[in-house]
Amino acid sequence: MSSAAHLEYVLRLADNALILGQRLSEWTGHAPVLEEELALANMALDLIGQSRLLLSHAGRLEGAGRDEDHLAFLRTDQQYRNLTLVELPNGDFGRTVVRNFLFSAFQEPLWEALRSSLDADLAAIAEKSLKEARYHARHSAEWVVRLGDGTDESHARSQSALDYLWPYTTEFFTEDSVDTEVAAAGLGVGCAALRLRWEAAVHPVLMEATLAVPAPTAFRSRGKIGTHSEHLGHILAEMQHLQRAHPGAHW
Amino acid sequence: MLIEAQVWEVLLQVPDPELPAVSICDLGIVRDVRCASEAVTVVITPTYSGCPATEMIESAIREALERAGACDVTVEIRLSPTWTSDWITTAGHAKLRAHGIAPPQSTASMQAHPIRFFTPSPSCPRCAARAATRLSEFGSTACKALYRCEACREPFEYFKPI
Repeated sequence: MSSAAHLEYVLRLADNALILGQRLSEWTGHAPVLEEELALANMALDLIGQSRLLLSHAGRLEGAGRDEDHLAFLRTDQQYRNLTLVELPNGDFGRTVVRNFLFSAFQEPLWEALRSSLDADLAAIAEKSLKEARYHARHSAEWVVRLGDGTDESHARSQSALDYLWPYTTEFFTEDSVDTEVAAAGLGVGCAALRLRWEAAVHPVLMEATLAVPAPTAFRSRGKIGTHSEHLGHILAEMQHLQRAHPGAHW
Repeated sequence: MLIEAQVWEVLLQVPDPELPAVSICDLGIVRDVRCASEAVTVVITPTYSGCPATEMIESAIREALERAGACDVTVEIRLSPTWTSDWITTAGHAKLRAHGIAPPQSTASMQAHPIRFFTPSPSCPRCAARAATRLSEFGSTACKALYRCEACREPFEYFKPI
């Protein structure tokens, strides 16, 4: 297996966590209730912590002297490898909750499987992140049920969030040569096994929430190969502003 | 030059930056101490990936040991096995309780519960009643949740079992 695929795979994991962490932190000061303000900020913090560990690991794998900050602040949008789902705007609270649910339900089996990765550093990060992902999955699932099976308004908004986000979840399971290579080498996880676990976690919650599972579409997002929506550039512009304006600034 | 027992003695006095009532040893963050001639290595396992206190803990360890006479201190981060609230010591539990924070239940007791809408029932650190309602699953720091005791009506923080 090429070490390029290994690096690419770790960057995908890192960028998913970083970009969703950055998105969730946009809620700080704007959440509907204080408890959810704390929850969203806490989840953002967990994700940014995970991305720091993963980006540092990616930097070591690459061996070109790039550290976590360099990778976070000095790559362009096309060099980012996150799933398109995580870069989409937050929308209303319902959409934020549904996305957190769809994503953390994917992270949970992923981290669980990566605990036995032959990459010992990645396995250690997975072991740590799994505990956090479980917490996020449980919290967001509670909200999906509460909003979906709530008032007419909350139900309608959750359903429209689900309809909007669902087509982007196909990318979770669109296996490419990177996924295949790392899975064959025992470093990563194949997409097919994850899909079953994800569906088994997601469908019962949606049913309990009285939300209809959207029909499959032909749409395929391709963030993980660097083809992003127009939204990523805007996040990076804000996130990277300081390093771009004052290269090398630190404190 | 310090020996290992002396290093542990110093570390027992280093408070957690976010929970100053307990030391980093009470929390089970310090996993190992190694001394080799002048060099002291302290191995720590952070609580949460994004815990902003991790870097402060590193520098607090370094400062405390340098004050005690060590001149070559290395703080090593070990991720695996991952930190669990089960590592908080008995002394740590008592200190948390005295500080108004309910200590975590054992993670083994959590496994038996259904995954959603699960509310563990910590006992109130003030009146010891086990009749708490969860106010917020996330609290002032990553490691705590917010509860209210229905017996004495006082809110309190609960150290989350993970």
